[in-house]
Amino acid sequence: MSHLAQTGTAGAPEDRFLAHHFPDMTAQSQTSKLGIWLFLGSEVLFFSGLFVAYGVYRANHYALFHYAHHFLDWRMGALNTVVLVGSSLSAAWSVRCAQLGDRRGLRITLLLTLLLAGMFLVVKYFEYSHKLHNGIAWGAACHPSEEILSTLPASVRALPVPKDLGTFFSIYYLMTGLHGIHVLVGMGLYVWLIRRATRGDFGPGYFVPVDSVALYWHLVDMIWIFLFPLLYLI
Amino acid sequence: MTEHASARPAHEPGTHVMSPGILVATAASLMVLTAITVTSSRIDLGPWNVVVALAIACTKATIVALFFMHLKYENRFLMVILIAAALFAALFVSFVVFDTVQYQPEIRAADQAVRKGS
Amino acid sequence: MTTAPAAAAEHAAGDSYLTHGKGIASWLFSLDHKRIGIMYLALIVFSLFLGGVFAMVVRFHLWDPSGGLVSNDAYNKMFTLHGAVMIFLFVIPGIPSALGNFVVPLMVGAKDVAFPRVNLLSFWLFVAGAVLFIATLVVGGLDTGWTLYPPYSLESSRGLGILLALTGVFLAGFSSILTGVNFIATIHKMRAPGQGWFDLPLFLWALYATGIIQIFATPVLGITVALGFLERVFHLGIFMPEYGGDPVLFQHFFWFYSHPAVYIMILPAMGIVSEVVAVFSRKPIFGYKFIAMSSIAIALIGFFVWGHHMFVSGQSKWANIIFSFLTLLVAIPSAIKTFNWLATLYKGHIILKTPMLFVLSFFAIFGVGGLTGLFLGTLATDIPLHDTYFVVAHFHFVMVGAVMIAFLAGLFYWWPKMTGRMYDERLGTASAILIFLGFNVTFIPQFLAGTMGMPRRYATYAEQFVGLNRVSTVGAVLLAAGLGVALWAFVASLRHGARAPANPWGAATLEWATSSPPPHDNFAVAPRGVPPYDYTGLTHASDEAGWIPVRPEGAR
Ligand code: HEM
Ligand SMILES: [Cu+2]
Repeated sequence: MSHLAQTGTAGAPEDRFLAHHFPDMTAQSQTSKLGIWLFLGSEVLFFSGLFVAYGVYRANHYALFHYAHHFLDWRMGALNTVVLVGSSLSAAWSVRCAQLGDRRGLRITLLLTLLLAGMFLVVKYFEYSHKLHNGIAWGAACHPSEEILSTLPASVRALPVPKDLGTFFSIYYLMTGLHGIHVLVGMGLYVWLIRRATRGDFGPGYFVPVDSVALYWHLVDMIWIFLFPLLYLI
Repeated sequence: MTEHASARPAHEPGTHVMSPGILVATAASLMVLTAITVTSSRIDLGPWNVVVALAIACTKATIVALFFMHLKYENRFLMVILIAAALFAALFVSFVVFDTVQYQPEIRAADQAVRKGS
Repeated sequence: MTTAPAAAAEHAAGDSYLTHGKGIASWLFSLDHKRIGIMYLALIVFSLFLGGVFAMVVRFHLWDPSGGLVSNDAYNKMFTLHGAVMIFLFVIPGIPSALGNFVVPLMVGAKDVAFPRVNLLSFWLFVAGAVLFIATLVVGGLDTGWTLYPPYSLESSRGLGILLALTGVFLAGFSSILTGVNFIATIHKMRAPGQGWFDLPLFLWALYATGIIQIFATPVLGITVALGFLERVFHLGIFMPEYGGDPVLFQHFFWFYSHPAVYIMILPAMGIVSEVVAVFSRKPIFGYKFIAMSSIAIALIGFFVWGHHMFVSGQSKWANIIFSFLTLLVAIPSAIKTFNWLATLYKGHIILKTPMLFVLSFFAIFGVGGLTGLFLGTLATDIPLHDTYFVVAHFHFVMVGAVMIAFLAGLFYWWPKMTGRMYDERLGTASAILIFLGFNVTFIPQFLAGTMGMPRRYATYAEQFVGLNRVSTVGAVLLAAGLGVALWAFVASLRHGARAPANPWGAATLEWATSSPPPHDNFAVAPRGVPPYDYTGLTHASDEAGWIPVRPEGAR
């Protein structure tokens, strides 16, 4: 399709979002989609460093990792997994709503995604504060309190507290922290989307931002899919 | 030169509207797989626990990518990007771990020798 | 930028990108890729100057075996800042961000890069990173070497300097990622109608390959410096043995990025060489597809060799052997390129204009730089050569002799397009010759000193190396003089250079199909793709009018 000879075709309302250097909306949205995917690819490698750290320390301190994961409450992790899957579902649904021009549905699903994201962070907040309150910090600052030690299963409690326990928790805080920052950024993006959706920006002709943010959000979900078993379960 | 958009088809090419059925099925299978991960982790499989957990996680990630991120319906190149990223990440993790499990024992042995010597 | 060329261009061609919008804000917040490119260029040339000043301090200090000029501590800071500024603020961003930004959209006949706002963001991230580097100087400098290895770099006695430097690297890294995203998206989606993948100029293939590395390797640099930062502040025990961490792990992280990063530097340089060598041989490039594909191959294989920097770090012996083997593989695509360039010269009608002189220097110097890489990649020979001046000479051959020289080739080549002014060919020639001589006089002695065992990064050295070091310092002065002449050529061109025609060199790529300097929207009429190295349709009209199509405008 040549863009040389186009003149005077009446544009759709969404054309106010068409940037000057694209011939049409299709070209623009496909380019954005490629851009987002490239960025997500970059994100995967950004996180990969933390997985390397995890792998190295787990390989070298297997017993320590096995010991330490008992301090994490798998039920909290599982709850957050469910919350994130729910938010991903709602995010994917919001794209559908935008594509079909269902503005009410769009607002509802965007809001729901935001709420679930917030809930994820609330759970995370309880986990963090519970740990820090009981002396479970990172690195050399990790000194678990008697109180939390007494909650461990009896067989684990019998073991001496390993010297490098903090290494596990450094990695725990790094991984979940970086992930949490991504959740926060995602919430910011959803607030922005909700404002724009309320203004009526999105519809079948223009939904790139909804789709792009949703893609980002699914990636955040995907990272958690790996974090949950690695940190909480094994 | 002024340009205007042409009349467009009702749906842009390459944008597939996901049906409610698939979306719900995707979420449901993710929940089921989560349950399986939790259960399998409570059975002691020795070193296989990690393998099982990672295999399930990879399956879940694939499901998310194919359906929630609708890669199944997109230009293949986007899938190439994700796979390339995953492969580079895997290369990074596996090679460094491969290296560390070899040199760490050497270091520990050397450490011990020094301690004995003093 | 001065307004002199702008005014001249306005008379000539009406509105150009230089006159489109006035005032400083119309530059600083411009979304125009050409203006962003020019701003990058200014910053990058400044970085080259700053890094060069540090280099001269280092060279003069080493005039005397006992270190004549500054204290040992100050010397450590000088070579660190020299390396860090040159690498992070000059060689890595130099060609892609400055020249690439200007040229990429023009080469595909587009009005701008895919994401102009992201482009501007990327520029400002880079500025922020650069400012933090300068701030490092103010708070007392940094003496860790550009590689920032712990445990030394993250000792708890360290002040703010290391934290600023890490943050600066982080920001510059994200700037680089965003540039890569932009280029890949632009090349994929914004090509002119009729411009297929194999109608792309090879510079774009090179930047595409560079983009792959920027997107997939640079984030690892980001997480590395972020972890370093957190380790220093919170003592996490990831890298520091003191807290149970592993310093070799840092080296893995660092080189997983930094080896691919050397291809971020050299691939765009190779792209420029491919353009220039064809245009100034008046022959289609030889082996187009091989050059294009070898760029991609280099980018991919480049991810598999990082461990060759760690042969003596304590890395395990199997890793050493595997990395050594893989390293030797990288040389294959580089050699493919070199042979294709030489074949392009063969029976060409070679025109020795300044860009071509630089490119010929590139061939000579990159040949040596690449081949010495093989000495270092070979496990057995690297053990004695590691951390000697041999390594220093190797990487200066590739980074200065190849990348910086290709950068200059590109700058002279695209200068008329960027400014609308020609430069004085005599000054250009003089700078090319001086730089070639100065470079070799500086760095050949370092190869010799290295093989004789002179270690790198010391403020003093054994008496036996005094001759070689003095020759090297003299060479550095020549090299600096050559760069001075180049600067003179550019300034003189801005002040009273002849007006540049649209196509002064007779090149066939699309950026020469628009006026010099281009209008704000790049093309008066959106162009169609053309074969990039087919010169049969062009004829030299006159020096003022440059090269024009053989058939009258408009005929197909
Ligand atoms: C042609 C293939 C190349 C090979 C096989 C190669 C190989 C090597 C090896 C093995 C080392 C490590 C030496 C040591 O520390 O003992 C090294 C160092 C280095 N190379 Fe190359 N290299 C090649 C091309 C390049 C290029 C194109 C660049 C940059 C544009 C480059 C930049 C560097 C740098 C900066 C270092 C030193 C880093 C440091 O320790 O400070 N190399 N090279
Ligand atoms: Cu290397």
